[in-house]
Amino acid sequence: MTKLSRDDVLKLARLARISLSDDEIKEFQGQISEILQYISQLQAVDVTGLQPTSQVTGLVNVMREDVIEDYGMSHQDLLRNVPHKQDGLIKVKRMIG
Amino acid sequence: MSQWLAIDEIAAKVQKGELLAADLVEQALRTIHDRKEFQAVIATVAERARERAASIDAAVKNKRKVGRLAGVPFIAKDNFLTFGSETTAASNMLKGFHAPYQATAIERLEAEGAICVAKANLDAFAHGSSTENSDFMVTKNPHDPERVPGGSSGGSAAAVMLDMAPFALGTDTGGSIRLPASFCGAVGLKPTYGLVSRSGVVAMASSLDVIGPLTRTVEDAALVLDVMSGVDTLDSTTIPRDTDSYTKLNTHLKNKKIGIIKEYMGEGLNADVRDRVQAAIDKLQAAEAELVEISLPSLPLALAVYYVICPAEVSSNLSRYDGQRYGHTATDAKNLDESFSKSRDEGFGKEAKRRIMMGTYVLSSGYYDAYYRKAQTVRTKIIQEFAEAFTKVDFLLGPTAPQTAFKIGENASDPMQMYLTDIMTVAANLAGVPAISIPAGEIDDLPVGLQLMAPQRADRALLGIAKATERAIS
Repeated sequence: MTKLSRDDVLKLARLARISLSDDEIKEFQGQISEILQYISQLQAVDVTGLQPTSQVTGLVNVMREDVIEDYGMSHQDLLRNVPHKQDGLIKVKRMIG
Repeated sequence: MSQWLAIDEIAAKVQKGELLAADLVEQALRTIHDRKEFQAVIATVAERARERAASIDAAVKNKRKVGRLAGVPFIAKDNFLTFGSETTAASNMLKGFHAPYQATAIERLEAEGAICVAKANLDAFAHGSSTENSDFMVTKNPHDPERVPGGSSGGSAAAVMLDMAPFALGTDTGGSIRLPASFCGAVGLKPTYGLVSRSGVVAMASSLDVIGPLTRTVEDAALVLDVMSGVDTLDSTTIPRDTDSYTKLNTHLKNKKIGIIKEYMGEGLNADVRDRVQAAIDKLQAAEAELVEISLPSLPLALAVYYVICPAEVSSNLSRYDGQRYGHTATDAKNLDESFSKSRDEGFGKEAKRRIMMGTYVLSSGYYDAYYRKAQTVRTKIIQEFAEAFTKVDFLLGPTAPQTAFKIGENASDPMQMYLTDIMTVAANLAGVPAISIPAGEIDDLPVGLQLMAPQRADRALLGIAKATERAIS
């Protein structure tokens, strides 16, 4: 059945933006393969005529007015948890080059 | 016996000035301190709790109206955004995070005078069934410190049974309220999907996540639900609440039709747990409830469906932790891309990473239809079987878990074995139906949980039958 290769795990890690140690890559290779093995039992289930469910209580397109509400928070309050900031802005590393 | 009265009695005494909120807060903080070796609590919210207690006591003294939960201390799982302490979700990723706003559930409880005294431990980001996945510490079961309290709301369930507060809040994505309730001997309520706003709660799997109370009695759970439930414009998935109070309970058992779930009573169920569930069934029958066996043939697929949908939604929800706007950030990254991946590597624990990887896999191009879409479609099949079952019976009954609390470390190295702990709880989340775990005796001093379920939006009826069952089997 589905057995992940080392390259498969590295590809997933890259897609998910997580750098993994060699030990973790090895560990996940086995464990995720085992979980995939378990969930592959779904492949055999007959679902003819059924639609997929993504919302269980039947709500559709819940709309509200697009209005500004004052939560009593300052710019400074909102930046409190930002790791790197400058001049009241969030500072990130260089993106290009 | 608990040192706490029923929640409505505590509030009534505070309203009359017979009890001081300040004393109740001190009593909670003292108990938390005296029992800290169980590691149920990550942090106290002492300063804010004392301030709130003083203002409630002053209001009573000045004959101003105080709320339905006046002075009642509670503990919130640390994935609820709260003022007065950090909100960490028991993760290194959110260590040091100070919430800029509070969860709607917390706001509604505070509006009625309840006082948050502490934040409870959990599996980091609520990923787990034992609270061993906390990045900070392992909570111990109040009945046996060598055993797990269940998870992921293990700190909340343990805190209630250790008498640290009259109630605690948990979240339930695949059983995270009911399983620890079962392992610790508490009452744990998972309401209908959407009945309680999730605004300000760290998201795990958004089509499954619900909020609910952990308490000592069904009546206490009903009161907490009554205060928290209802539409919230900050969570567009919320549904209208009952117009009647959730505390108005119909406890008549006579002629109530209860279906015993065949798939939960067979293979894989510990024989002693089966005996306790059977004993409860016998008592319900003696009280003239009508019990019938009922089959939901696709239930054995529920865990596989869950372990596709849950990691898929987890990987999506956890993508917001990028190390830039809040949360852990890597210090030695050379560029932005490396900052993302190193921050996530350092901030996430093993289980979060495992679920992100799994979710990324089932959502990735080429596998989406085979795994994710297929799981969503089998989910429809399970929902239909619940709907059909509820045309024949009013409620469903079974064990909450196939076993009692296991030893710390017993399943730690085998994630698949750990996932199987949730085998009887995940289906209610997939179907969005309300479910409750109530204590049904003990095996070798370890509690057993009995699970009851009802159709969507029948939360009040579920609480009624649960209260009647609680009375019949105690």
